Amino acid sequence: MNSILLIMSVVLAVAMIAGALMAVYAKRSMAIAILAAGAVSLFASVMFLILGAPDVAMTEAAIGSGLTTFLFFFVLRRVRGGEHD
Amino acid sequence: MIKKVITLALLAGFAAIFTNLLLGYVPDESLNLTARYYAENTASETGAANIVTAIIVTYRGLDTLGEVTVLFLAAAIVGLVLAQTRVGDQSGVEKMPPAGELLEVGTRLLAPLIVLFGAYVFINGHLTPGGGFQGGAIIASAVLLLLLTNPLRRFSHRLIARLESTMGLFYVAIGILGMAMAGGFLDNHILPLGEFGALLSAGAIPLIYVLIGLKVGAEFSSMMVSLSETEDQ
Repeated sequence: MNSILLIMSVVLAVAMIAGALMAVYAKRSMAIAILAAGAVSLFASVMFLILGAPDVAMTEAAIGSGLTTFLFFFVLRRVRGGEHD
Repeated sequence: MIKKVITLALLAGFAAIFTNLLLGYVPDESLNLTARYYAENTASETGAANIVTAIIVTYRGLDTLGEVTVLFLAAAIVGLVLAQTRVGDQSGVEKMPPAGELLEVGTRLLAPLIVLFGAYVFINGHLTPGGGFQGGAIIASAVLLLLLTNPLRRFSHRLIARLESTMGLFYVAIGILGMAMAGGFLDNHILPLGEFGALLSAGAIPLIYVLIGLKVGAEFSSMMVSLSETEDQ
């Protein structure tokens, strides 16, 4: 059981780093960067669950990967609208 | 070039620090003093089955009030900045294309269930993982889903603001009641502790978490609604 959790957390850590790199280096499209940042939050919430913090995991999943991602999209559309003025 | 060298040097420094920390890490054999106190005394002192909730709402209640205040300030500033550009009349806005059958029907089915789940999370905050902040965020995500389906949908700012301020007022009032009737600010003993593990137990904790849940939900919803209203001008 313990080794399964260990393998899972290593896979999650690698996925988180990959997602973070994708968020930083996604020069082509801002939307991809935002989605990648949301994915990092999602992986982080699973990681919190494995580490035994379900309360933090719920917060991270609801706020970090849910609301914040869409907040970024709202703001992104607003900023783009500003460019044309 | 120099920038890259500096960045690499910084990264190497961080790597060295973290490697040192990792190599010197020895897991604790037992809980430390504070943690042991919470683990042993939470159930008998507060009657809450979820230790995290007992710490957040009762032992560190003042910090939670501060957190809620920070969130309130953030929502207020978003409202303040965006209020100047808000379009009052929607008649000038061109018709949006329909959101699609799948999203519309799905929203109609899911939005009430999401609100229900959010309420479940904060009402059961003292028994199961979760609580006011998580429940509030879940409720706000139902509002977000409604906004995604129909960006022109309008929510009553007045209702959201009233809900938010009333809940905040009650929260502080319960805190002061705790000073008058029990051990101190935000003490949960103003209501009977009840049977351990029951829904209506742990004194004022469920009440406080319902207030926090509605307040946080209203704050997040107001941010979403303000942003959504100003973008489609």
